[in-house]
Amino acid sequence: MSINFNLNGKVVELDVPPDSALLYVLRNDLQLNSPKFGCGLAQCGACTVLVNGQAVRSCVLPAASAAGKDVVTLEGLGSRDAPHPLQAAFIKLQAMQCGYCSNGIIMSAAALLQENPSPSEEQIRSALIGNLCRCGAHGRIVQAISEAARQQQDKERP
Amino acid sequence: MTTRRTFIKGAGSLVLYFNVMPFDASAQQSSAAELPQSLAANRSLDTWLRLDADGVVTLSPGKCELGQGVQTALAQIAAEELDVDMGRIQVLTVDTGHSPDEAYTSGSRSIEHSGAAIRMAAAEVRAILVELAADELDTLPAKIAVRNGVFTIDGAMTPLDYWSVIAEKTLERHASGTVPVKDRDRYRVVGSSAERIDIPAKAFAENVYIHDMRLDGMLHARVVRTGNCEATLSLRADIDTVMDSPGVVKVVRDGSFLAVVAEREEQAVNAARQLAALCDWKHATLPFDESSVSEWLREAPAEVKVVAERGAVGSSGIARNVGRSYSRAFQAHASLSPSAAIAHRQGDRLTVWSHSQGVYPLRGAIAKIAGLDEQSVRCIHAQASGCYGHNGADDAACDAALIAMQVPGRPIRLQWSRADEFLGEPYGSAMTTEINAGIDDDGRIVDWNFDVWSGSHSTRPRGANGAGRFFAARQLAEPLAVPPVGNIPQPRGGGDRNAVPGYAFANHRVTKHLVPDVRLRVSAMRALGAFTNVFAIESFMDEIAHEQAEDPIDFRIRHLDDQRAIGVLNTLREQMSASQTGSLEAPAGVGIGMARYKNSGAYCAVAMHVVVNPDSGQIKLRHALCAVDVGLVINPDGVINQIEGGIIQASSWTVREQIRLDRDGAASKDWVSYPVLTFAEVPAVEVTLIDQPDELPLGAGEAAQGPTAAAIANAVARATGKRIRDLPLTPARVRQA
Repeated sequence: MSINFNLNGKVVELDVPPDSALLYVLRNDLQLNSPKFGCGLAQCGACTVLVNGQAVRSCVLPAASAAGKDVVTLEGLGSRDAPHPLQAAFIKLQAMQCGYCSNGIIMSAAALLQENPSPSEEQIRSALIGNLCRCGAHGRIVQAISEAARQQQDKERP
Repeated sequence: MTTRRTFIKGAGSLVLYFNVMPFDASAQQSSAAELPQSLAANRSLDTWLRLDADGVVTLSPGKCELGQGVQTALAQIAAEELDVDMGRIQVLTVDTGHSPDEAYTSGSRSIEHSGAAIRMAAAEVRAILVELAADELDTLPAKIAVRNGVFTIDGAMTPLDYWSVIAEKTLERHASGTVPVKDRDRYRVVGSSAERIDIPAKAFAENVYIHDMRLDGMLHARVVRTGNCEATLSLRADIDTVMDSPGVVKVVRDGSFLAVVAEREEQAVNAARQLAALCDWKHATLPFDESSVSEWLREAPAEVKVVAERGAVGSSGIARNVGRSYSRAFQAHASLSPSAAIAHRQGDRLTVWSHSQGVYPLRGAIAKIAGLDEQSVRCIHAQASGCYGHNGADDAACDAALIAMQVPGRPIRLQWSRADEFLGEPYGSAMTTEINAGIDDDGRIVDWNFDVWSGSHSTRPRGANGAGRFFAARQLAEPLAVPPVGNIPQPRGGGDRNAVPGYAFANHRVTKHLVPDVRLRVSAMRALGAFTNVFAIESFMDEIAHEQAEDPIDFRIRHLDDQRAIGVLNTLREQMSASQTGSLEAPAGVGIGMARYKNSGAYCAVAMHVVVNPDSGQIKLRHALCAVDVGLVINPDGVINQIEGGIIQASSWTVREQIRLDRDGAASKDWVSYPVLTFAEVPAVEVTLIDQPDELPLGAGEAAQGPTAAAIANAVARATGKRIRDLPLTPARVRQA
């Protein structure tokens, strides 16, 4: 079936099998690296993307249900030339080991910061309850999100 | 031009000539035994280092980036010896096409092995290039310094740099081992918290992981199996119905090995689901359950060996004897990315991309099972999520290779499902231990009798003979012979790793009971037996200290003669007194644990603050403090990151993790049936590094596992007065204790 949606600010249109999960369409058809396959069961959060600003698990979301919506992946947040504050903070605080969970965590954090620009550490931890990290970088990750929130606030301050 | 003769004269000493000149024929022939192990095995300098055009130094280690930051630490060592900035160094992944063979990236030995080789190779490369520059500049090598790859004389830049003096074959020569490495007091890069070179690409989702490889014409494959590699398959219906499913290219069946290949990934997933519905699997039932596995291990056929003995256990002067038993369940690596591999058969050549910890040993095993000669197989490492030991990576590589052999011409990308990983990976073996100690009138432990029962921690598919250890190897119509399980001897040890006490007890005896067949696949998981053995020893020490109303740190120190072990305990004590955790709500407690990993690696002492809910049995991990001594620190932040991760992962093992068992075998197949600690549950961690610049650098990856487990159990005992000796410390065990 043909679907179109807005991906990182650009309209994409493509033909995919009707039951394809958004994750496979993003990774394989659109060749994006950021959403990761971790479980296919919406349990680990590695595949998290934003759909209309909400953090969703792309491994269980049918691509068809993204039709006509705004989909944002990590690639749409920032780049080496213009990093998102979360990406800059993750690098500054070296907030990963293997980095496989980073995508989903940064996307969940991006959704959190949209709702709550200055979350407490506890609020960050509870917002990430659906994102697993197996290397144990949790402490740095929480600090990096706090740091990004501060940077974002500073930038927006007149 | 300066001739060699004038150089010798200028240097003024024949001895110096032998010390600094790498060109001497006798040095070329010098014994490989003088070289670091990895360099002796891979002597050509250009195997390790290349100078590429445009000012780049290409470093090619034989150790894999597993998310532990090894590429950065090795780049620091090379940058230091070469006097170049980190920005000039690029690090290649391990590839049997060109990399040095350093076997496995395991056991926290990359800095000891690869680091030592690179240090010496880089020092030698620098000396060779300095001499070439000296020739061109008509001066003495001793007058030349290097600043970021540019030669300088008396602090002034010359027009020459590494890249202008090197010729095509300059580094095609054997390391001599005769060039002195840089003095540690001149280090600038080593010892600094250089940023990890792999992190930006991960933060921007560039091509990093094996999952990001998209080869032309690539097909997607899935395997269809249960968790039991001995299970025999019969199909209830013809597989033709699945062949008609959209996108399916091939169904591969060999004995009980079953896989499906499709054009699109979701088509492979769907077809695998359809195939699974047609499968009947027959296999033996498990002879134990979760509660009886310890007892079963003690009764099972075992190879029994006394692995350490000092003095005569059972001597006189014992005031009291204490016997205690400690255990842990089967546990999973539970890597976040289920294993994947890409295999591409082109004629009689096969290329396999894998996140294995050892592509060289993998190559021999793949060649064997694919029926190819080893030179026809190339294995290339590609990153995945952290593996923490021997997870499903090699098995997935084998699966991909078997499928690719049936589908020549197109690359096959095999992706395991979450359940494939949980059910198929080799677990960390269940273990049980027993300590019988004799204590004298002075409250000092004088007799120490330690028994450990465990499955193997070493079943990697190493080379052709190891091919029978692949999951799929036992499924084939003609299964490969399974080699005997590995039994790593002391001083490293497998199930008996860290079973030899680090304490100076007058008499000790340590007995290993290796149970070769524990009915579930088991192999190396981070720290191997050290996790359970340190948990046991450090729990026991805490029990005795508490019974004697002694301070747990003082009690340990009075049994220690190793000053570095005493050092981490004293540092931990300072951290504990300085800690601003305030008063914890009751029932709360603090416990400690300490060990020197492998009795030869890093020293690590951990304190954990816990709060226990007596009604639910839930343990809340509040705050961990840690003192660590890894000798010379290559990258302080890298070590801290590894230790933080080690403490958090071991916390999860300790309070939560166990492979659930039923009659059919393992029943944990997802994150619900194998839960791990979440962001809301992990402790805060503070690490203090003790710098020991004059000691050898040691790996940090596995040092914290055992001490963390003991610290938590000891803290729970302080908080509740209840001693739990079986891991994990589940709420049910806390309630029942």
